[in-house]
Amino acid sequence: MITGLFEALFNGISIGAVLLIAALGLAIVFGLMGVINLAHGELMMLGAYTTFVVQNGFKILGGPLFEFYILFALVFAFLVTAAVGFILERGVIRYLYGRPLETLLATWGVSLILQQFVRSVNWVLVIGIALFCLLFFGAMWILSRRPDFQRIRNWVVAVMLPLSLGIAGATGAFLGQSFQLAVTQPWFGAQNLDVTAPSWLRGGLPIGSFQLPYARLFIIGLTIVCVVGIYVFLQLTPWGLRIRAVTQNRSMSACLGIPTEKVDALTFALGSGLAGVAGCAISLLGSVGPNTGQNYIVDTFMVVVVGGVGKLVGTIVAAMAIGTANYLIGSGTLALLLTPVKPLADIFTFFATTSMAKVLVFALIIAFLQVRPGGIFPQKGRTVDA
Amino acid sequence: MLQVSNLNVYYGESHILRDLDLGVPMGQMVCLIGRNGVGKTTLLKTIMGLIKPRTGTINFANQPITDLSPDKRAKLGIGYVPQGREIIPRLTVKENLLLGLEARRSRTNSQEIPEEIFALFPVLQSMLSRMGGDLSGGQQQQLAIARALMGRPQLLVLDEPTEGIQPSIILEIEAAVRRIIESTGISVLLVEQHLHFVRQADWYYAMQKGGIVASGATSELSQDVIQRFLAV
Ligand SMILES: Nc1ncnc2c1ncn2[C@@H]1O[C@H](COP(=O)(O)OP(=O)(O)OP(=O)(O)O)[C@@H](O)[C@H]1O
Ligand SMILES: [Mg+2]
Repeated sequence: MITGLFEALFNGISIGAVLLIAALGLAIVFGLMGVINLAHGELMMLGAYTTFVVQNGFKILGGPLFEFYILFALVFAFLVTAAVGFILERGVIRYLYGRPLETLLATWGVSLILQQFVRSVNWVLVIGIALFCLLFFGAMWILSRRPDFQRIRNWVVAVMLPLSLGIAGATGAFLGQSFQLAVTQPWFGAQNLDVTAPSWLRGGLPIGSFQLPYARLFIIGLTIVCVVGIYVFLQLTPWGLRIRAVTQNRSMSACLGIPTEKVDALTFALGSGLAGVAGCAISLLGSVGPNTGQNYIVDTFMVVVVGGVGKLVGTIVAAMAIGTANYLIGSGTLALLLTPVKPLADIFTFFATTSMAKVLVFALIIAFLQVRPGGIFPQKGRTVDA
Repeated sequence: MLQVSNLNVYYGESHILRDLDLGVPMGQMVCLIGRNGVGKTTLLKTIMGLIKPRTGTINFANQPITDLSPDKRAKLGIGYVPQGREIIPRLTVKENLLLGLEARRSRTNSQEIPEEIFALFPVLQSMLSRMGGDLSGGQQQQLAIARALMGRPQLLVLDEPTEGIQPSIILEIEAAVRRIIESTGISVLLVEQHLHFVRQADWYYAMQKGGIVASGATSELSQDVIQRFLAV
C-alpha cells in the first residue's frame, strides 16, 4: 500500500511538473500584461503536435539519431509556439490591452481556430495561407516605403485584402482539383496521435518492488531546467530586468526608455514557448489530440490563481499540490488508503475518476480561495494594485 | 531645446491644458509654478508622451516628438523625474539605477554605476542592494534623479522634487541639481513650490487654470507673482 502511495505521489508530481511549465508561461504573461490567454492550452497542443512532426522526421532519417529526436523536438516545440505566440500578440492581443473581457473572448476564439486548424490542416490550406501572407504583407511592406503611405494605407488594404484572398483561394482550389487527395488529405485529422518515446525513455528505474518510469523522471528534470532557466533569465539578464520593471510600473518604465512593446512581444513569445515545451512533455505521457489543450488549461489556470500572481514559489507549490491531488484522487489511491474509514473511503471512491477528481479539486480550490484570496503567497505592498 | 506650442489636453471631456505655449532654451533652467491642480503634472506627462494632446505640437532638439512613444522620447534625451518618484519597488536600488541606462543611445554593457552619481548622492552608495520600495521618501527622490541622470539626458524634467521632504535634504537636492547643470550644461524644466529653489532658475512660467498667465526672468520675480502662484 505504501509503495502504491509512493508511486501515485510520483506520478502526481510528474503531472504537476507539466502543469508547472505551462503555468510559468501563463503567470509571466498575466503578471506583465494582465492578459488571460485562453489559447495557452492550444499552444501546448501545438507543442505536442510539433513533437509528433519532429518524431516522424527523425523516423525518416532513421539510425541512432532517432534516439535523440526528443531534444530537437523540445527546441522546435519552443520555437514554433513562441512564433505563434508572437504573431498572436502582434496581430490580436496588443490591440486589446486594458480590455480583459475582449481579450478573453479573442483568445478563446483563437483557441477554437487552432483546434480546428490542426484537425483540417493540409497542403492546400498551408499553401493558401502562405500565398496570402506573401501577397498581402509583401505588398504592404513594399508600399510602406512610399512617403505618402499613411494617406493611402486604407486604400491599399481595401484593394490588397480581397485580391490576395482571391488569388490564394483560387490557387488552393486549383491545387485541390489537380492533385486531389495528395494535397487535400488532412495531415493529422481529428483522431489522437501517439508519440513513441525514444528507447532510453521507455522502461523505468527500479526501486524496490516498483519502478519510476524514465519518461516521468525526464519530465521532472525538464521542469527543473525550465524553472531554473526562467529564474536566471528574469533575475540576471538585461531583458529579464526590463520584464520585471515593466511588470511593476509600465508607464515609468516607458519613460526610462524601455521599449515596452518589444518587452510585451518578447514576454508573450517566451510564455507561449514554455507552453510548447509543456506540450512536448505531455506527448510523452499519453496520446495527444486537438482537444489535449483543453484538458490541461483549467488546471493550469488553477495553478496560477492558487499560487498567487507574480510569485515563482507559489506557482511551484500550487502546481505540485494540484497535480498530486488530482492524481491521488483520480486514480483511486486515496480511496484505497482510506478503506479502514468506511464513509471517507466511499466518498473518495465516488470521485475516483479523472473528471470527478477535477470536480473535487476545483471545489477544494474554491474553498481555499475563500480563506486566502491572494493565493498561497500573495504579493505584499504597493505592487498589488499594479 | 524644448518648444511646446498651442497645446490642448483633455482628461476625458475635462479640458486641462488650454492653448499652452512654453519653451526651454538650451542650457537653461526653467521653472514652472502654479497652485495645486492647475495642470503642471499634466503638462510634464504630455511632454513625456504619457498623455496624448488633442491639438498642439511638441518639438525637442528641433524635431517634432508629438507622435513618439515615451521610450523614444527618453532615448532622444529627455530624463524624467516624476511627481511621487515612481521608483520600481521590487527592484534593488542598483537595478533601478541600471534601468536609467536604457535611455542612452549608445549601448553600454557595463553594469557599473559611474562615480559621479555617488558624488552627487552619497547616500545611494551604501544602499545598492536594498529594495527600491524600502527607501525613505528623500532617498527615493535622490534615486529618481540619479536614475534619470544615468541616461545622460539633454533635458531633465523634474516634477516637485522637494515635495514632502525635510529641509536639509531639500538643500542637498538643490545643490545636486545646481551641480548637474554646472558640470553637464543640460537644460532643466522644473516644477517647484519652494521659493528658494525657484530662484535658482533662469526663467519662470506661472500657470493658472491650464494656461500660462505670466513669465519672466526669475531675477525679476515680484512679490505679487510669488503671492499669487506659490503656495507659501
Ligand atoms: N487621471 C486623471 N483623470 C482625470 N482628471 C485628472 C487626472 N489626473 C489629474 N486630473 C485633473 O487634472 C487637473 C490637473 O492635475 P495635475 O496633476 O496636472 O495638477 P498639478 O498642477 O500637478 O497639481 P499639484 O501641484 O497638486 O501636483 C486636476 O484638476 C486634476 O483633478
Ligand atoms: Mg503635480
